[in-house]
Amino acid sequence: MNNIKSVLIVGVGGQGTLLASRLLGNAMVSKGYDVKVSEVHGMSQRGGSVVTYVRYGDCVSSPVIEEGEADLILSFEQLEAARFLPFLKKDGVIVVNTQAIDPMPVITGAAVYPNSIIDELRAKDVKVVTADALSLAEEAGSVKAVNVVLIGVMAKQLDIPKEVWIETIIETVPPKFVELNKKAFELGYSL
Amino acid sequence: MKKLMLGNEAVARGLYEAGVKVVSSYPGTPSTEITENAAKYDEIDCEWAPNEKVATEVAAGACFAGARAFCAMKHVGLNVAADPFFTMSYIGVNGGMVLGVADDPGMHSSQNEQDSRHYAIGAKVPMLEPADSKECKEYTKLAYELSEQFDTMLVIRLTTRIAHSRSLVELEDRTELELKPYEKNPSKNVMLPAFAKKKHIVVEERTKKLTEYAESSGVNQAQMNNSKIGVICAGICYQYAKEALGDTVNYLKLGMVNPLPVNLIKDFAEKCDTVYVIEELDPVIENHCKQIGVKVIGKELFPMCGEFSQKLVAQLVLNKTVDSKKLDIDIPVRPPVMCCGCPHRGLFYALKKQKVYVSGDIGCYTLGASAPLGMMDTCVCMGGSVSALHGFNKARKADSEKSSVAVIGDSTFIHSGITGLIDIAYNATNSVVIILDNSITGMTGHQQNPTTGYNIKGDPASKVSLEALCKAVGINRVTVCDPYDLKGTMAVIKEELAVDEPSVIISRRPCALLKYVKHKPSLKVNTDKCIGCKMCLNIGCPAISIKDKKAVIDHTQCVGCGVCTSLCAKGAITE
Repeated sequence: MNNIKSVLIVGVGGQGTLLASRLLGNAMVSKGYDVKVSEVHGMSQRGGSVVTYVRYGDCVSSPVIEEGEADLILSFEQLEAARFLPFLKKDGVIVVNTQAIDPMPVITGAAVYPNSIIDELRAKDVKVVTADALSLAEEAGSVKAVNVVLIGVMAKQLDIPKEVWIETIIETVPPKFVELNKKAFELGYSL
Repeated sequence: MKKLMLGNEAVARGLYEAGVKVVSSYPGTPSTEITENAAKYDEIDCEWAPNEKVATEVAAGACFAGARAFCAMKHVGLNVAADPFFTMSYIGVNGGMVLGVADDPGMHSSQNEQDSRHYAIGAKVPMLEPADSKECKEYTKLAYELSEQFDTMLVIRLTTRIAHSRSLVELEDRTELELKPYEKNPSKNVMLPAFAKKKHIVVEERTKKLTEYAESSGVNQAQMNNSKIGVICAGICYQYAKEALGDTVNYLKLGMVNPLPVNLIKDFAEKCDTVYVIEELDPVIENHCKQIGVKVIGKELFPMCGEFSQKLVAQLVLNKTVDSKKLDIDIPVRPPVMCCGCPHRGLFYALKKQKVYVSGDIGCYTLGASAPLGMMDTCVCMGGSVSALHGFNKARKADSEKSSVAVIGDSTFIHSGITGLIDIAYNATNSVVIILDNSITGMTGHQQNPTTGYNIKGDPASKVSLEALCKAVGINRVTVCDPYDLKGTMAVIKEELAVDEPSVIISRRPCALLKYVKHKPSLKVNTDKCIGCKMCLNIGCPAISIKDKKAVIDHTQCVGCGVCTSLCAKGAITE
């Protein structure tokens, strides 16, 4: 049971976290692991805080990840990284997209978007890897490729050959988006 | 071949492999993907029905005709389908009949946390509960065997974490089945009191036989690990318990949660000093254990509300806690919001300007209840907005008729809003019903419905005209407005509230997420003109925020709907 790795993917509904978890899940299957992925559908997908769990190893029981259990958190947005920090293991890594998206209470003025989240994370002795995935996605050709850029950044932190990722992208995304997504992955991976 | 599949996708695969011919469902999170995936198999005739009652009756009809039939729904959908559900239990089956019912502990996307197991007990129908995607497929196939063997409809119960988790599934071939011969048999299939009285006896006998099956078939399994502690559980709770407690306890994993075994539980408990029942929601297994005289620890330790997890089990059983890091800053919540370009936004803003009472319904537009729009007074169930408005106006008469509306989506209106509208016309209140026609079933992730003109396969289909339908039931005033046009929408609402007869407003504009909807380029803020008055924030658009006392539009989110432009008195928002 101890060889199980837990990856938490968090973000804002609509950012494409589901595709990211699907890619990661499929990549781990091709590596021969037992895999469980737990997704969020329905209401919370509408611009709310979303979380997807990916767990892999010899034999995975629970599909969910709890506080203190994630080896890696992939956050599509800064505030969500702050929100889900308690889920990180003691020596875990957090990959953060530097994009900031105001939640409705901030837009309406009922709350304030915290400053310098990344510094706050580092001040807690957390291993943080940052990426401006939005700019890289635009460079790849579409702002929608943020998810695959981030997969690229995360891939560096995981013990899986690059070829496996590329194959998984080809198998998982529709043919007409393969080139765009391969480029997005490369940009994230080569950061 | 092994494939990573959602629980729902695996149920659909099970339907395919079991030779199921007819599937009829109404979408509902977390059950929707069962039917969406079943529709990908050409061998299965799949449809979106107008509601769960209709869907269950369609499946019943196919079952009479000798086909294996299926129907998926969320937990509250079973409330709608309860009428055919209870009586189909008496009738039994010709071709196998199975319902997939998905509960939502934790209410990720539901209005209540009801436990469907009570329905299985109430209707005396067997219920299976898988613990991962592999079992989703296996149990679906088993369900058809049992349905035909025991002459009973059967339920597969899923919970959100099973329905929406992916795990590995081995794919097998489909077994193509001939239709079973249809033979007229009124004493079996016509539930007149004289026949039903006899069938009730049959049902009670059937439950005894099913209990024997539950004792010995292997669907319920004891796993002994040389421990003095025992855990009885089913479904996702088995996974949480395994994760938290590993091989340090004995398990009685129940695959069939109704009827529950008696001797199997007694034998298991005798080998343990302490027995825990770990189950989300209601103490169904626990009460059964207590009824048969088995001492267990259940809801005095475990919560009745919300989802469980391995952490909760470890904490409550082992007193084990995990350290975790936390930032010392306030983290604003991020509730779900209407999407950028959502046609509902303009409509709710117009309602806010009219300061009306809003009788609400189930769909994306329920988000109209949240700040800053905050325009929903009540919301109960699918279709309830229309009839509840009628009741509100019956009680308050002219007082409320001029200042209240119902809001309901196109799909929800067809589901069960139309019956309420018939009541409004027939029993005459001057109610204003607004149908938010976004040309799709939205919240569940874009399913076609009878008003969209397309069927589940995306092929052209007969299309309900909402205007003609409302007129046909006796509503003479039916007006269409475009919710992107705030002024026009406000004028229509004002006019319809003023008249002394019932009326319907159709607020029509397709969902901005639909593929065929062309988005305009992002709008821009002219910072010289913007005075930072924040008027544009009143519509609650996630693309608009204030930076350095000026409005800013996020170009990655804005779809150029233009609703905000009509709010800006300074004309600062432009294309």
